[in-house]
Amino acid sequence: MASSIDDLKSAIKKALPELDMVIAWAAGPDPLSHTPLFITDEADVERIEWDPRCSQNLAGYLPGLRGKKVGIVVKGCDARSLVELLQEKLIDREDVTIFGLHCTGAVDARPVRKALGSTRGLESVAVDGGTARFTVAGEAKTLPLAEALQKKCFTCTGADAEVCDHFIGEHGQPPQVTETPTTTLEELEAMSMEERLHFWEDQMTRCIRCYACRSACPLCVCQDHCAAQSREPHWVDQTDHPREKLMFQAIHALHTAGRCTECGECERACPMGLPIMTLKQALNRSIQDLFDYRAGTDPDQAPPLFEFREEEKNIKEREW
Amino acid sequence: MSVNEGKELRIIGFLCNWCSYAGADTAGVGRFAQPTDLRIVRLPCTGRINPLFIVRAFMNGADGVLVSGCHPRDCHYSEGNFYARRRLEVLKALLPVIGVDPGRFEYTWVSASEGQRWRSVVTSFTEQVHALGPMPGFKSGTSLDMCLCHLDQPQVR
Ligand code: SF4
Ligand code: SF4
Ligand code: SF4
Repeated sequence: MASSIDDLKSAIKKALPELDMVIAWAAGPDPLSHTPLFITDEADVERIEWDPRCSQNLAGYLPGLRGKKVGIVVKGCDARSLVELLQEKLIDREDVTIFGLHCTGAVDARPVRKALGSTRGLESVAVDGGTARFTVAGEAKTLPLAEALQKKCFTCTGADAEVCDHFIGEHGQPPQVTETPTTTLEELEAMSMEERLHFWEDQMTRCIRCYACRSACPLCVCQDHCAAQSREPHWVDQTDHPREKLMFQAIHALHTAGRCTECGECERACPMGLPIMTLKQALNRSIQDLFDYRAGTDPDQAPPLFEFREEEKNIKEREW
Repeated sequence: MSVNEGKELRIIGFLCNWCSYAGADTAGVGRFAQPTDLRIVRLPCTGRINPLFIVRAFMNGADGVLVSGCHPRDCHYSEGNFYARRRLEVLKALLPVIGVDPGRFEYTWVSASEGQRWRSVVTSFTEQVHALGPMPGFKSGTSLDMCLCHLDQPQVR
């Protein structure tokens, strides 16, 4: 990717004088995930990194920077979050300069850290073909993609930023991941209703209610007005009962219904590794069937719950 | 007469003021026999129904939830029920994933004059929920509850 990163740096240098800031990634404290870099000074452009460690979806910063001229670097899935923000008029197209890239997949730091044993001296990460390659303290290591990438990459619907002002590098296909493990949704489908309830009960017992899932979600824009914090009405109580934590997950899923692009940030941010994107995936499947709609694909389309049809093509009401 | 001799279940009905609540009233005034498990919450419009009302009802132990409003094109506020229909369809996708049987939730339309129809909706829905039985509860409680119950188990040190 060496050429892409050089092209990216020069494109950003060229655009920076007209912009208040450019958001990209730089090496951070964690060797397996790069950290956001907010560039206002040309000298910082040299710190930019671009490889499968650029996991964080930077689009989430945009609503908070509304009114400023912001440049942003995006992967395919990040671009879908950005499109969704445009659809909801939470950001203004003319104020955003998008630098799009072809993504080869984003590493899932947790399992990779385990598989590599130590990440001390991790020098490089790259995906080529069906393999993720790591150089750790001079030694080359490989992992199959199914063990190295985030689950969202297994079903990536487009690894190139489709809406952008500057596309850097070559276009390409999403990673071809084989031998993927069973998804949580598939596991749930094999369970009875009662088992599903207890599955979530067990998961939620581990939830520490840190709300990192909410903070990381680019579409959770309510800030201090989140229903989870409201006392009137009191949607969730303050106990650590799994019921209350599941209630919060239902709030997040329903508040992102028809909006969630499956960027995977909620799950990636969760310190307990809980499979919470599953709920949103289930809603997305049914939203696709009901409204023939996929979030974050068309900047001019309204999200399905923002509107209605008098005759709904795919809704079959129950006959009594 | 109750369809379910003796044991009632907790069924919550969210009804709009203008059609279904009046329809339920029509059924009452007509003295139609109907099961008595349903507890009605009256709302101005089905468009006022936050799908979270229904999730919260299930989390708090409801065995079934029924939503009823004006027929499409008859909404007092013109479009409330059209928005509701989309939201409630999406909710239908969420409930089974978190372990609430899809048969425990229905939405429908009953007008103010349809007392008979109201009766048959309530009767069929109540029977449907009874066939499923009570909603399974959570096994554990808060972490404190769990610590307290471990105190009684000598093998846990
Ligand atoms: S989902 Fe696609 S674009 Fe996003 S990180 Fe994975 S491969 Fe890249
Ligand atoms: S709910 Fe999760 S996957 Fe969906 S947009 Fe928010 S962070 Fe991304
Ligand atoms: S990020 Fe994970 S642990 Fe934190 S509140 Fe969300 S689900 Fe719970």
